[in-house]
Amino acid sequence: MRIRRFLRLLPVVPSVLLLLVFLLAPVAWSFYASFTDAALSGKAARDPQWVGADNYVRMFSDDSFPLAAWLTVVFVAASAVLGQNVLGLLIALLMTRSRRAVASWVGTAVVAAWVLPEIVAAFAAYAYFNRDGTLNQVLGAFGSAGPDWLYSFPLVAIVLANTWRGTAFSMLVYRAALADVPRDVTEAALMDGARGWQRLAFITLPLIRSSIATNLMLITLQTLAVFTLIWVMTAGGPANASTTLPVLAYQEAFKFGDIGYGTAVASVLILLGMVFGAVYVRLLREQKS
Amino acid sequence: MPLKYSPVKIAATLVSVAAVLAAATSCSPTPEAAESKSLKIVYQKTDSFTALDTVMQDAKKEFEASNTGVTVDLQPIQANDDDYGTKLALAQRSGDTAPDVFYEDTFKVRSDVDAGYLLKLDGYLEKWDDWAAFSEAAKEAGRADDGGIYAVPLGTDTRAIWYNKTVLQKAGIPVPWQPKSWDEILTAARAMKAADPDVIPFNMYAGKGTGEGTVMQGFYELLYGTDSSLYDVDAKKWVVGSQGFTDSLTFLKTLYDEKLAVSPAEALDANVWKKVFGEWFPQGKLGATVEGSYTPSFWQKGGAYEWAGYEQVMGVAMFPTQKGQDPGGVSMSGGWTLAVGAKSKNPELAFSFLTTALNKKNALAYDINNSQIAVRTDVTSEPEYLAANPFVKDVSDLVKVTHYRPATADYPRISTAVQVATESVITGKQSPEDAAAEYDATVRKLVGEDKVLEK
Repeated sequence: MRIRRFLRLLPVVPSVLLLLVFLLAPVAWSFYASFTDAALSGKAARDPQWVGADNYVRMFSDDSFPLAAWLTVVFVAASAVLGQNVLGLLIALLMTRSRRAVASWVGTAVVAAWVLPEIVAAFAAYAYFNRDGTLNQVLGAFGSAGPDWLYSFPLVAIVLANTWRGTAFSMLVYRAALADVPRDVTEAALMDGARGWQRLAFITLPLIRSSIATNLMLITLQTLAVFTLIWVMTAGGPANASTTLPVLAYQEAFKFGDIGYGTAVASVLILLGMVFGAVYVRLLREQKS
Repeated sequence: MPLKYSPVKIAATLVSVAAVLAAATSCSPTPEAAESKSLKIVYQKTDSFTALDTVMQDAKKEFEASNTGVTVDLQPIQANDDDYGTKLALAQRSGDTAPDVFYEDTFKVRSDVDAGYLLKLDGYLEKWDDWAAFSEAAKEAGRADDGGIYAVPLGTDTRAIWYNKTVLQKAGIPVPWQPKSWDEILTAARAMKAADPDVIPFNMYAGKGTGEGTVMQGFYELLYGTDSSLYDVDAKKWVVGSQGFTDSLTFLKTLYDEKLAVSPAEALDANVWKKVFGEWFPQGKLGATVEGSYTPSFWQKGGAYEWAGYEQVMGVAMFPTQKGQDPGGVSMSGGWTLAVGAKSKNPELAFSFLTTALNKKNALAYDINNSQIAVRTDVTSEPEYLAANPFVKDVSDLVKVTHYRPATADYPRISTAVQVATESVITGKQSPEDAAAEYDATVRKLVGEDKVLEK
């Protein structure tokens, strides 16, 4: 019996090995490096020293880290939890009621932003928000001079860009979920005289709860890791006003050559992702019981 | 009916394929052909910097012709200075990817020697006759803390004020222009602004976007023109709390607040210099800026932003000291070198390639194409070099008032802290005093209490 069970596990072994080597090993190395003063140049590059929690202590005494952590939370809350999630649900709801032609047009337009490679989407957003970009040209046509978005409102610009880019995913998830809501339940509610928003709040949303939690978890983790979009649009500037944790980690490790501190920031980012993940998993579990 | 693909057949096929693969990969290695060696050469190439690529292509031809069986593998990295340094450092972390010969910024030499990336060249230089042709000051560029030489300079540079005569004349400023103090710069800039509000009168780089350009073509011209400095060479300590540092930031603040420079948003763009050379100067939209002696290389024939007649329109002036105190002017020098990788498997061959790339012919071509100040005395005396552009003499004379960055191992991080201070000031995030205080705190954190000096 035991042998059979072991044999059943055999096909999984290669993929587990690959995961260990290519995913877990770098994470473990990066976590280890965060306790050293590893660097790209200087004495520490030849012979990194174990410095204990120094990097973490420095992080919390440094002005740029708390700011980056806060900006990351704002960025995730505004562009993923609010932006992509709510907008995706809204579009999905409207699509279920609109004519097929309209629905497919809207769907295509939304998905277009999502299928673009990140670097292309980033440059498109840069061209849109730039001082002489599309947005300001349009505003100019209506006779109002727009500000330099990337300089004056960098966080707003990257939140809008990330919302635009990622809404399609949520929309697709919610379309699938809404298609599974049994018609007879909503019809029964209709007979009982429930209004539109009541049907949404008391029937539809509770029925697609698990899809909401799954979607939230996926887009949160995706948004936590957004780098290219921000790097291309603002490079974290001006004066760190749009430096989220991934950007800070990159800057510290590769721009300033401080691998130890950079990996410490990255480790905090991983922990943050785990916390979010754990919360959503619990939510999912509670629904099942 | 037999199966088209029986399991046995599939297995047999798989086994035979595996056998073939195994045979192909497990061949005993053929003995290396004598002298079949390859050298990996890493350097920087951008759409506006191809002069070094040309030199390397020529050196490859020469070297392969005189060393049969040796392949020179040129690997240009297409990146700006900052990213080039990062990619190079990453490549040097492993013996498999480390280059044999590479292009190295002088200010990183000491730090990279500490990291064990550079090979000590003293033993090789002794046997190289051309080494005597290098000027004494230039030889110092590759010297590390242990007194050894680890890199050979390609050329050097100075920094000056480059100004558009037409823009200045419109504002009633007589040319040739030579401001004697910071105030004279501001007076001239305000006059230009008044004459034409659309003109950018006097630009100085600031912020992290332009990286090392911010300090070399901007902040240090200010700081080294005060009575303070960045680093006390005698005490080997970093200077903090100096009046000169705050004054320099205040000057930048005035420049940006009065809109005499580019907008802060433009200053933070890493590509702003392309606009300076490619658009604003040729179109007469910029009065003056602080830039390197290599400036003509962008405008001359074959340059990235060819501009016929720039020689007549542009002028060059020495950057003045704060109040006109001695020596009256200030300039900064840097420059790049070629070095041999410490992990090179063929150090003799690698050094031999380096000498080919830096021989008189190649050095002359490079200095002319890239508007470098020559470091070989046999090049400086060449009429062709002196006639390369009308500004060669002016910028070469600045060597008298020039300063070098403290090439210590922690310099690159200090430089970043200075850039951060300028960014905070021009964006209005901090006052000059607060930005200077934050810089002091950062320096203390970076180098430790025992390496700072209150002045």
